[in-house]
This record gives sequence, structure tokens and C-alpha cells, in this order.
Amino acid sequence: MAEAVAPKKSLWAKHAFLEKNSIWLVIGILLVVAIGGLVEIVPLFYLKSTIEKVSGIRPWTPLELAGRNIYVREGCYNCHSQMVRPLRDEVERYGHYSLAAESMYDRPFQWGSKRTGPDLARVGNKYSDEWQRQHLADPRSVVPGSIMPGYPFLAQTPLKTYEVADDMKVNAVLGVPYSEAMVTEALADLRAQANPDADADGLKERYPGAQQRDFDGNPKLLSEADALIAYLQALGTMVDFKLYDDKANIR
Amino acid sequence: MTQLQSSAGRGSGATEPGVDQSGKKMTFGEGGLAFVFAVLALSCITVAAKTHDAAYAFHAYLSAFASLAAVFVILNRYVDRPAALPALEIDGKPNYNFGPVKFATIAAMFWGIAGFLVGVIIAFQLAFPWLNLDLPWTAFGRLRPLHTSAVIFAFGGNVLIGTSFYVVQRTSRARLAGYLAPWFVVLGYNFFIVIAGTGYLLGITQGKEYAEPEWYADLWLTVVWVTYLLVFLATLWRRREPHIYVANWFYLAFIVTIAMLHLGNNATIPVSVFSPKSYIVWAGVQDAMVQWWYGHNAVGFFLTAGFLAIMYYFIPKRADRPVYSYRLSIIHFWALIFIYIWAGPHHLHYTALPDWAQTLGMTFSIILWMPSWGGMINGLMTLSGAWDKLRTDPVLRMMVVSVAFYGMSTFEGPMMSVKAVNSLSHYTDWTIGHVHSGALGWVAYISFGAIYCLVPWLWQKRELYSLRLVNWHFWISTIGIVFYISAMWVAGILQGLMWRAYTSLGFLEYSFIETVEAMHPFYIIRAVGGVLFLIGGLIMAFNLIMTIRQPDLAEAGTGVPNPSLVPAE
Repeated sequence: MAEAVAPKKSLWAKHAFLEKNSIWLVIGILLVVAIGGLVEIVPLFYLKSTIEKVSGIRPWTPLELAGRNIYVREGCYNCHSQMVRPLRDEVERYGHYSLAAESMYDRPFQWGSKRTGPDLARVGNKYSDEWQRQHLADPRSVVPGSIMPGYPFLAQTPLKTYEVADDMKVNAVLGVPYSEAMVTEALADLRAQANPDADADGLKERYPGAQQRDFDGNPKLLSEADALIAYLQALGTMVDFKLYDDKANIR
Repeated sequence: MTQLQSSAGRGSGATEPGVDQSGKKMTFGEGGLAFVFAVLALSCITVAAKTHDAAYAFHAYLSAFASLAAVFVILNRYVDRPAALPALEIDGKPNYNFGPVKFATIAAMFWGIAGFLVGVIIAFQLAFPWLNLDLPWTAFGRLRPLHTSAVIFAFGGNVLIGTSFYVVQRTSRARLAGYLAPWFVVLGYNFFIVIAGTGYLLGITQGKEYAEPEWYADLWLTVVWVTYLLVFLATLWRRREPHIYVANWFYLAFIVTIAMLHLGNNATIPVSVFSPKSYIVWAGVQDAMVQWWYGHNAVGFFLTAGFLAIMYYFIPKRADRPVYSYRLSIIHFWALIFIYIWAGPHHLHYTALPDWAQTLGMTFSIILWMPSWGGMINGLMTLSGAWDKLRTDPVLRMMVVSVAFYGMSTFEGPMMSVKAVNSLSHYTDWTIGHVHSGALGWVAYISFGAIYCLVPWLWQKRELYSLRLVNWHFWISTIGIVFYISAMWVAGILQGLMWRAYTSLGFLEYSFIETVEAMHPFYIIRAVGGVLFLIGGLIMAFNLIMTIRQPDLAEAGTGVPNPSLVPAE
């Protein structure tokens, strides 16, 4: 550091001020590192073009939300993305490219960063419940070359439901349009969705397009597999792309 | 509490008679911290009793136990200590506080090996999926965050905290600020690691990459991190040098920016205090942007700025040469921290993030090449006039190779952030290869070099137990890195090309599962590379243990009278 003794008038000598005043150094660092984030993040909250207007997007049903939390818990995002890019091969392989609106109620987002397994953004209704059940329990029984871990315990573990209304309350506070009725009926809606014999008029009115059936094929148990499969079967199915006008949303 | 008092009583009985205890008073810090931990222990027990979640209850009991242990240790330390707190100087020389540095150094080595081991396990899981064992705790999805957190935050974090506490003392010629605070930082940080890691295994996660710990772990880390910043700053305020040394600028930028990123990306609302679950305030596209603003700058400030600080102290010290250019280090510093922050959106190319943000991210990522290489040149050129030492000193060689790897991966990164390249590389193992050339080649190697320097300095040994073993470590792990990154390059580019391959009739040529099957041989080569790297780490641990067990400098009869004068050999 012998060169540190620069001529007094040089601009380099001015830097000595920061080298001698730790508080100004910290303030300088804070200013410099704040700019990039502010410019890139803040406009996303007020530019209307960030999230396009699409019809069909609704918040997750209580059962789907519980399933989503299992998806997060098991770290599925480590190997599966939920973001189809507008590239020819991806659109042909997975379906219409993903819209920002399709994950606007997702906390946290699960776009992922790696495809050790395929993208799941549009996996909903692509396979039967039976396929999903077998695949989760023993992936290589349906896809011999698969390297996915088996999750046989999901179908045997009862779904924890005591918190689902609280989950929805927090989401509502954060701006997800869960109405008061949705929160009070959370447990009833959750049970109704996994039971094909239940009265689901309320559920379907509150969550248009929600699928109601016994997802894990075991009527005796409301299992974690019920919730996870309900979530997977709903992924990417909310927007009707026959009606979607992509020209209207060019950004 | 009665048990505690009796333990404390026993502690006082053991006090050596020679220690001057007249007029001893408990400091505000000791009393306050013991009280806070006692309250914390009670609250944790309450939470543990009321929660429905078994894993969360386990964490609450663990925290209660740790808090009680902290109360005991603080009181015991008070009882045993002399009336006066440790002097700032002895005979006009700074009375350095190296206890926390030693702890962090050993913790870094421990977590490093644990993290490499988990990495090897998950690498084999990808080649042989039955290794997932069909159990929740051993599945790849839970182990992968354990690996990333163990190597980045546990290994890297302890290296950063340990070296920063060492460097700030030596370059300020002042004792570390605070009596209990440095220990609180080191032990509190490692407790955070334990909570985070056990949480992943038990299924407690936020589901955000590299920010998986849940709200209560995040809160705890915030307290620890603010204390860390204060200890670091207060030590700088004690400095007896007019200028703050360049390494400390980088440490400061690392500490301050990580605090900012941590708060921004972990802004969550817990479902209740009795639940481990929380929801992030950002959603969808905004959450994605905040996440990669955080994620990329965890790379930029945790894995780069912090380790550049190590480069700026340990390479000049080991090579016994001054830093190549003072002016270059000023430009390097400000340009690097300004530009890095913008690069996040390159993780979101072609996604639903607006194009303007993607373009900004790509542009700044390419510009970032310049400060990165400026820093690399500054590090490498520091060896001017000392290049011959590379032949004889494997520790210096390790650090120089790490800077070379830094140059390589900071060239590769901007290239991959170009949208056209990214459309091929994104979602593939090329990214994994890129990350590991940086993580193994740069971060781990500069850390190994620093630890090889630090251990003899801290434990007052003349030199390492064996330089030959350092040589073995260097070559075995270098071969491991080459296996690893070349396998991942081939795998990633192959998979990317297979995904977009078309037949002459215009159909997609490969099903997804065919591209997975094509990865198998490369996953095996990668795992073997990981094993070699792990073996290198074990050789290092053995070498360090044997170094610490060597006789002290003084006992060996070649001692330098004052430990603070131990030269950097």
C-alpha cells in the first residue's frame, strides 16, 4: 500500500476520506448497493404491464394450498421449474408459455431454476390421478428411467388441516382475494374437494373450476397425497388459452 | 433455575486463587444478556408446549436448551474471570482476541466436510435414485438445501466471520470490540446453522433457494448479523492505523449488503408464533425478482466480496508482497459492489419477468466482467516478483489457483447471462457446473488457503504439520474439480441441445426422460469428482489437527516472544 500517498489534489487522494471515516464508508456502500435493486424492483409494483390482465385466475382452494405447501416442504422446486419460456421447443413440449398472472397469488413463487425433472407449470390434467399416485409412490414403476425420489409416505400421512384457515387469513392480509366466507368455510371446502360425495356447490361457487374427487383413491383417509395431487392437477389449468388474447398483452 | 445457581456456585469454587477478584462487578452486557437468554428460554418452552408441529417443538426445545446453556456459560464465565476485563493492550501491543477466530476456523472445517459429504450423497442420488431411500428426511429435495446451506452459509460463513475477525484486528492493530459480543456472533451464527439444517431435514422451509430458513431462524440471524456489524465497526473505531485497509472495505460491503438482502428477501408474515410456517409478502413475479436480487447477490456479496477481502489480506501476506495496485483496488471495490446488485434478473431470462428488467440484468452482468477481472488482475499481479514461491509453497499456489478460477467463472457467468446463451444453458446442469467452478475453485480454495495460513498463526505453531499433505490436497481436489465441471459442462450443453432437437419432420426428437437418461454417465463422473474433493478436505482436516497438536513455538525453543509478531511465512 505504499502508493497510497497520492498527490493532495488528485481525485485518488479524496478517497482517503472514506478510508478514514467508517460511517461514511458504510453510508457510501449502502447508497451504491441500493440503486440497482430499487431500479429493478420498485417499478414491478406499479407498472401495470408487469402482470397482464387474464380471466380465469383464482386463488388456490384450501386443499390446493395445503398441497402447494407440501410441494414447498419437500423441495420439489429443486428439480422442477414452473415457468414455460416462450421458446418453440418449450411451448411444444409443455404448452403455452407461462404468464405472470398465473403465479400472482403464489407465495413463495415456485418458478424454479433447474429441470432435473420436467417443467410442471402446465402439468394439471395431463396425467390421471392414478398415474400421479403411482408416480409419487414409486416413480420408476411408471417411468422406468426416472431419477425422482419416491414419496410413498404421502399417501399414508393424514393431511394436517388445523392451520389451513390461518394460512388463508395471512394470504388475505397480504392481498390474495380470499373473502371472509372462504376463510370461514376453509375446512369444509377442503374436505368437500377431496370427497366426491360431498356437496361442493359452495366450493365451486367460491373457486370456479375447482376439481372435486378423491385424489388419492383412498376414501378412508384424507392424506397428504390428496392435497398434493389436487395442487398438481390444478397447475396451469386456470387460463383458457382458446380465449386468451396474447396480442392484447404485448409488453 | 436452582440448578443453574448451584452450577454457578460450583464454578466459583473452582476459581484459581491467583485471580484477582476484588471489587468485581457484573457488566451490563453480562447481566443483560443472561437475563435476555433466561427470558428467551422461558418463551421457547412456552412455544414448545403450545405448538401442534413436532418439528417446530423440537426447534423450540433446542432453543430453550441453548438459551439455558448460554445463561450458564455467561454466569460461569463471570464467576471465573478476574475483576478487570481483558486489557486492550499489553506492553503497548494489542491484546488480540483470537478465541472466536479459532472457534470459527474449526467450525468452518467441520461444516465444510459435512457440506461436501452431503454434496457427494446427493450427487450419487442423481445417478442412483434408490439412494433416496423413499424416506422424507433423505430425499433429494430436502438434502439439496442442506448441501447448499452447509457449504455456503456454514462453511463459507464461518470462514468469513473467522477471517474478518482476524483481519480487522490485525489491520487495525486493535483488540476485537466487545467482551461477549464476538462470542455471541460466532456461537449465535452456528446455532442458526443448526436450526436451519435440522429444519430442512424435518421439512421446515420457506421454499426460496438459498433463503430456505423459516421466519424464526431469519429473525435470530438478523440479531446475530447486526451484532456482527457492530463488533466489526467498533473494532475499526479502535484502530491505530489512520486508513481502513482495503480488505475491510470488502468485509464491510459484505456485511452491510447481506443484511439488506436478508431483510428484503425474508419479509414474511408468520401464520402464528406457534407455527413454523410463514408467507412472504412478495408474490409471483415480484417475489421472483426479489428472490434473485437476493440470490445473485448472495453470490456477489457473500461468495465474492467477502472472499475478495480474504484475497486482499492473505495473498499479500503469504506472498510477502504489497497489493499490486491501490488505485485498482478502489475501482475494483466501488465498481464491483455497484454493478453486482443489478445482475439478478439474468436468472429470469425468458420468464414472465418484464423484458426491460431482463435486459437490464443482462447488460449489467456483462459489464460486471470488467470489475471482476480487474480484481483478479489485482490479486494475481500481487505476486509480481514472488512467482517463484508457487513452486515451493502449495498454500500460496492454492490461493493463486483460486483467483484463476475466479477469473474463469466470472468470464463464464457474464457469457451465460447473454439471453441467447441462457436459452440453452438455463435449467440445465451447465448452471451447476458454473456454480461449482466458482464455489469449489474460487471460494473453497481461497478459504483453504486462508485456513492453512491461519491455523499456525492462531495456535502459534512455526508452520503447518506437512506441506506435502497440502500438495496432495491441492492435486487431488483440483482433479476432482476438473472432473466435476467438465462433466457438468458436457451434461448441461447436451441436455440443452436435446431439449430443443427436432427431427427432419419437425417433431421434438427426444422425450424428456430420454434427456434424463443421457445424464447418467456424467452424474457418475461428477459424483467421483465430488468424492475426490471430499478426500482433499479430509486430508486438510488431518493436517490441521496434527498442526494444532504440534508443540508450541515457545516450547519448541524457536519462539518469537510476542505471539502478535508471528510472521506470515
